[in-house]
Amino acid sequence: MKTIKQALLGATSAFVLFVAAPNLAKADELTLCWAAWDPANALVELSKDFTSQSGTTMKFEFVPWPNFADRILNELNSGGKLCDLLIGDSQWLGGSAENGYYVKLNDFFDKEGIKMSDFADAAVNAYATWPKGTPNYWALPAMGDANAWFYRKDWFAQPEIQAEFKKKYNRDLAAPTTWDELLEVAEFFNGREIDGKKVYGAAIFTERASEGITMGATSALYPYGFKYENTPGKYDMEGAVNSPEAVAGLEAYKKLYKCCTPPGYTDAYMGESLDAFKSGQVAMAMNWFAFFPGLYKDEKVGGDKIGFFVNPKEKVAASTLGGQGISVVANTDNMDGALAYIKWFAQPDVQKKWWSLGGYAVHKTVLNDPTFTESQPFAADFLVAMNQVQDFWQEPSYAILLQAMQKRLHDYVVADKGTAKEALDGLVKDWTEVFKDDGKL
Amino acid sequence: MTARIRKRTGQFFRMRRFKTQVKSVTHTSSTILGEAVARATPVPIASRIRGLSDRSMAWLFITPAIALLLAVNIFPLIWAIYLSFTNFRANRPNAALENVGLSNYSRVLNDPNIWQAMQTTAHFVFWTILLQTLIGFSLAYLIDRKFRGHAFWTTIILVPMMLSPAVVGNFWRFLYQPQIGLFNHIVSFLTGIPPSSFEMLGSVRLSPWAIIIVDTWMWTPYVMLICLAGLRSIPDYIYEAAEVDRASLWRQFWSITLPMALPFIMLAVLFRGIENFKMFDMVTLLTGGGPGSTTEVASITLKREAFESWRTGRASAFAIILFVAVFGLANIYVKALNKVKQR
Repeated sequence: MKTIKQALLGATSAFVLFVAAPNLAKADELTLCWAAWDPANALVELSKDFTSQSGTTMKFEFVPWPNFADRILNELNSGGKLCDLLIGDSQWLGGSAENGYYVKLNDFFDKEGIKMSDFADAAVNAYATWPKGTPNYWALPAMGDANAWFYRKDWFAQPEIQAEFKKKYNRDLAAPTTWDELLEVAEFFNGREIDGKKVYGAAIFTERASEGITMGATSALYPYGFKYENTPGKYDMEGAVNSPEAVAGLEAYKKLYKCCTPPGYTDAYMGESLDAFKSGQVAMAMNWFAFFPGLYKDEKVGGDKIGFFVNPKEKVAASTLGGQGISVVANTDNMDGALAYIKWFAQPDVQKKWWSLGGYAVHKTVLNDPTFTESQPFAADFLVAMNQVQDFWQEPSYAILLQAMQKRLHDYVVADKGTAKEALDGLVKDWTEVFKDDGKL
Repeated sequence: MTARIRKRTGQFFRMRRFKTQVKSVTHTSSTILGEAVARATPVPIASRIRGLSDRSMAWLFITPAIALLLAVNIFPLIWAIYLSFTNFRANRPNAALENVGLSNYSRVLNDPNIWQAMQTTAHFVFWTILLQTLIGFSLAYLIDRKFRGHAFWTTIILVPMMLSPAVVGNFWRFLYQPQIGLFNHIVSFLTGIPPSSFEMLGSVRLSPWAIIIVDTWMWTPYVMLICLAGLRSIPDYIYEAAEVDRASLWRQFWSITLPMALPFIMLAVLFRGIENFKMFDMVTLLTGGGPGSTTEVASITLKREAFESWRTGRASAFAIILFVAVFGLANIYVKALNKVKQR
């Protein structure tokens, strides 16, 4: 009888442990989802401090950029429990807020004394609020970012190249400050032989599947004067999206693509841009600030050989916004742990360390530090860029809007279909249909 | 000549007599064996379990398979049909679900992008099937000759088919790379055109053909295998009789080989047609549907509609239209295939 009792007790204990163990483990564990790129590695390093202070084990789910939106949005839509915390793209805010995927953080911020005024205004607006312009916070600004440029400083400094450029364009060869200059410099370098190797003008974004060509082309469209609406919030796109300025911007981007990109550069995004630059194929390349610390450290093309510049202006100064805020996923089983991480991450000291490790903190303590602009060779450009960023639609229907733009731009820029005006007219038509479906028009 | 014909005819009749004898012996021995097995077999298990007939047992065994089929095939199909009449979006689960009638179907059928994708698909299916059938049958015909080392060459030819489409897509991307790709350099060597002067995957004119080349390279061996099975199923004596009738090789091919292998060729065309109609992985890896939408086949458009734009209702309508089209065409084709087999 005693043996049977012991056996029953043992079995019951085993059953209880079996059922409870996953939950116990869960309580001490947080999964943070983000894209797989350089800053993610910095965040892993940074989060070790959180683990040592709180005892919470941090798990990370990093998805490569081309699949990031697909993978994570599928997860959110299906009510999955993979992520407790999510550093999601700014464009997801509208949908995730309206569909209840993110936790609204206003009460939590008030309770914990976290002030949004401590973060850069542009970052708060872009990464945290929905609807835009309202103090409804769904994320804490985590990673400031914008599209910018880097170039082969060592090539630019070669006396014979400088002399030839001056002779041809009657000005000194330097990092471009306008799109006209950018096109000239790209044309100048394209096809030139440097160090016994044929090089090309520039590596730009042309990727079709996710967001590449939109992020690249808007870096030309915004400075030329492209606007999403004539009146913000009215969805009146005719004459804004397809304005003569927008047409000129798109034509400039196509001109740069046709003239000066390496052969086979028809479906290129972040990785391809970095590869083209690191392999010494191009004189200039566009990419997100997030990659700049890694580029600067690169043994072959970094250090003195690399220079950085903010996206050139044309009619106006503008940069395409990147970056993300960190949100708590409403479906999490570990709400307290997730909120504790946000509270910890918002601390000024943590933000300072975040910047030192290669993350782009947008906390004013970091940005307003007198030593900030000197802390990295691209820090001053980052500040400039963050003050002139423009973002894509953050509407709940952003995915449809993005797909339409990807198609129209790729058809025109890469596949040579129609004119820039026709592409943008088509885009107005596509977007109008989407907003009509949403009941906003 | 007459003696040769007489000899061949004699061989033919001797062979038939032999086959008849073998059949008779096989029949007698199988009858004896069958009786022995019946005596040794215990009473069926079903009859020993009270209330469970053989029929019930049969149902018991196939129920899990049917349940699985209903769960993963039939239910999603019915659900998709239902969703195709609604405004459902998978990324807005909390939004009110409205019945939109035939609106999704009407929008899909009036969408020029969808028709463009269907045209791209038709172009891809037509050329891949044509090339794969011609090359596959030719290879099978050659392999069937049983020349020296044919087993080795058969294995070599079959290798592409054994690779994963993901691997094939990736390495052909490298082969097509304009600066370092082997394909461009071979073309350059043969024609004198500089390798970097053309882009197989980036050119509107060439990219559809780039995909057709890869698919043909990969799946021709599959068509070859089926055709080879067809060729090997043709009895030798028919050719022998044709030779007796002094039929030329061309006549033998036209009157014996092709008609008798035709059901197999048609079967290969059916399999490849269905597969290529839903082609997704290789196109995604090679071009992602680009440049622009040049190689955007129907399955990629469907995926974008369903999982990137999240217009689930409209995507369901498109999926149903594709399903009906493939199902209808396949049915017509199978009927034609049966007629050919019955000839």
